[in-house]
Amino acid sequence: MNDYIIKVENLVKRFGQLVAVDNMSFSVAPGEIFGFLGPNGAGKTTTINILCTLSRPTSGHATVNNFDVVRQQSQVRQSIGLVFQDPSLDDRLSGLQNLRFHALVYHVPASVREQRIEQVLRMTELWDKRHSTVRTYSGGMKRRLELARGLLHYPKVLFLDEPTLGLDPQTRNRIWEYILELRQREGTTIFLTTHYMDEAEKADRIAIIDHGKLVAMDTPERLKKIVGKDIICLKTDDDKRAAEEIRLRYQIEARHNNNGLTFEVVNGEEFLPTFIKEFSTKILSVSLRSPSLDDVFLKLTGREIRDETADAFKAMFRRHGRGMRR
Amino acid sequence: MSNLRGVYTIWYRDILRFWRDRIRLIGAIFLPLLFLFVFGSGLSSRMAMFGSGVNFAQFMFPGIIGMTVLMSSFMAGVSVVWDREFGFLKEVLVAPISRASVAGGKTLGAATIALIQGAVILLFAPLVGVSLSPGTVFMLLPLMFLLAAAMGSFGVLLATRIRTIEAFQAVMQMLTFPMVFLSGVFFPLQGVPTWMSVLTKINPATYGIATIRQIVLGVPPDSPFGINLLGHTMSLWNNVALLAVFGTTMTLLAMQSFGSQD
Repeated sequence: MNDYIIKVENLVKRFGQLVAVDNMSFSVAPGEIFGFLGPNGAGKTTTINILCTLSRPTSGHATVNNFDVVRQQSQVRQSIGLVFQDPSLDDRLSGLQNLRFHALVYHVPASVREQRIEQVLRMTELWDKRHSTVRTYSGGMKRRLELARGLLHYPKVLFLDEPTLGLDPQTRNRIWEYILELRQREGTTIFLTTHYMDEAEKADRIAIIDHGKLVAMDTPERLKKIVGKDIICLKTDDDKRAAEEIRLRYQIEARHNNNGLTFEVVNGEEFLPTFIKEFSTKILSVSLRSPSLDDVFLKLTGREIRDETADAFKAMFRRHGRGMRR
Repeated sequence: MSNLRGVYTIWYRDILRFWRDRIRLIGAIFLPLLFLFVFGSGLSSRMAMFGSGVNFAQFMFPGIIGMTVLMSSFMAGVSVVWDREFGFLKEVLVAPISRASVAGGKTLGAATIALIQGAVILLFAPLVGVSLSPGTVFMLLPLMFLLAAAMGSFGVLLATRIRTIEAFQAVMQMLTFPMVFLSGVFFPLQGVPTWMSVLTKINPATYGIATIRQIVLGVPPDSPFGINLLGHTMSLWNNVALLAVFGTTMTLLAMQSFGSQD
């Protein structure tokens, strides 16, 4: 027994030459919202698949709710709820029938079955549509139904693999309201993967993953302190000359990106007025912001997580494409 | 207990899907009825009566029942491939039920639906001049279910190893039609060339079709409608045992194969 609801030790998963999960170790406390942040292909989904018994680790150990994910699969499965990255509903059945199926396979006692189904359907605002075939649901409704299903058996741990990928901001906010409400009421541990920064901010702790490795793990606030300084984004009529001037004047290396230059300074609010007064290159625009998790990722890996936006779109199209084939 | 619940749930979902999509029933019985009435009417007058006063339509009728059951249950494995392609299989595979019970539930679901379709064909008996007593039907239904379960588990076994719907359908067609043609649905197996005779005896469907025919037409196993395997006349119970052994083997293999996939 231990105090952690999820415990991962030296986990490795290889696919031939590719090391998808590279010696990962971490623990998650009960009731925690734990986020996996990293670009697509970083090993987030592979780790989740191992934790939910869909895939076997090459080496290392993992326990969920004190059950071993290799030797006690059935107990692990009973302890967890899942919302997958790709849809996993029976779209020929109604929402209600999908939930009844789930309640049966997860042994939800008959005495509370219908009452709980109603509860999760009302929470996700699908009660009025419960008799409609899932095929007629919108993308957001399907996601909500999957979430409702994941909650139906009161899992100890809810795994959310990119729970709001490809959804509009309004639906994303709604889904987050449900997740936070659930944690409040049931003390459910939530393990999520995402590459939306604002979503990762909602986690109690974040593990930053890159190339199958755990790069950093802490609260969002403390992770942002790694960057420490404020970030200034600058557009000028000659970025090259501006970068040179910044180097000479302040001994700071500015980075080029699609929107101009960015660099980090201590106490940005005080720095900015004098900077604008003194700077000789013509400034088109300037902005100041506190560090985001994006900047943390950039600092730790030298790459931007946002590079993956294109992939997110691809994933979205793939999902919709699949829906349409039927 | 938990395993039984798993089997039941998987079975129940397949029945529910079938029920929501009842129009499928028409598609499933259309082809067999077409064969029965076109071949039956077209050939009955041209072909001599078989022994014991059985005409060609009457001869073919039990074969068509068997064919309906066989094709429907065998093809039902496609639902496993379908579920994998559309993601639902994941929901099933992470559920706290054993993989073996999933394979069992799929097989029983396939068998049940095939039995319903076969039973609908039974209703056409009067149109081809076959009279079925309640006792005959009582014996037929379990036999049809056995044939359906045997072929259903074979289909599920193949489905656990084939990843795309297109490939599954191609493989199924390559197997279904030879199995139907070489099982005695359309012609008696007496006096066929040796190579064909060997194939018909390897074909498990042959034993199901022969038994259904013997029961429907009320003819004994040592008639021209029986099967002689290596010099031994297969009795009704011999056939049933052979189908049961085949079905059990396929079910165990399907359960094992389901359990070993990621």
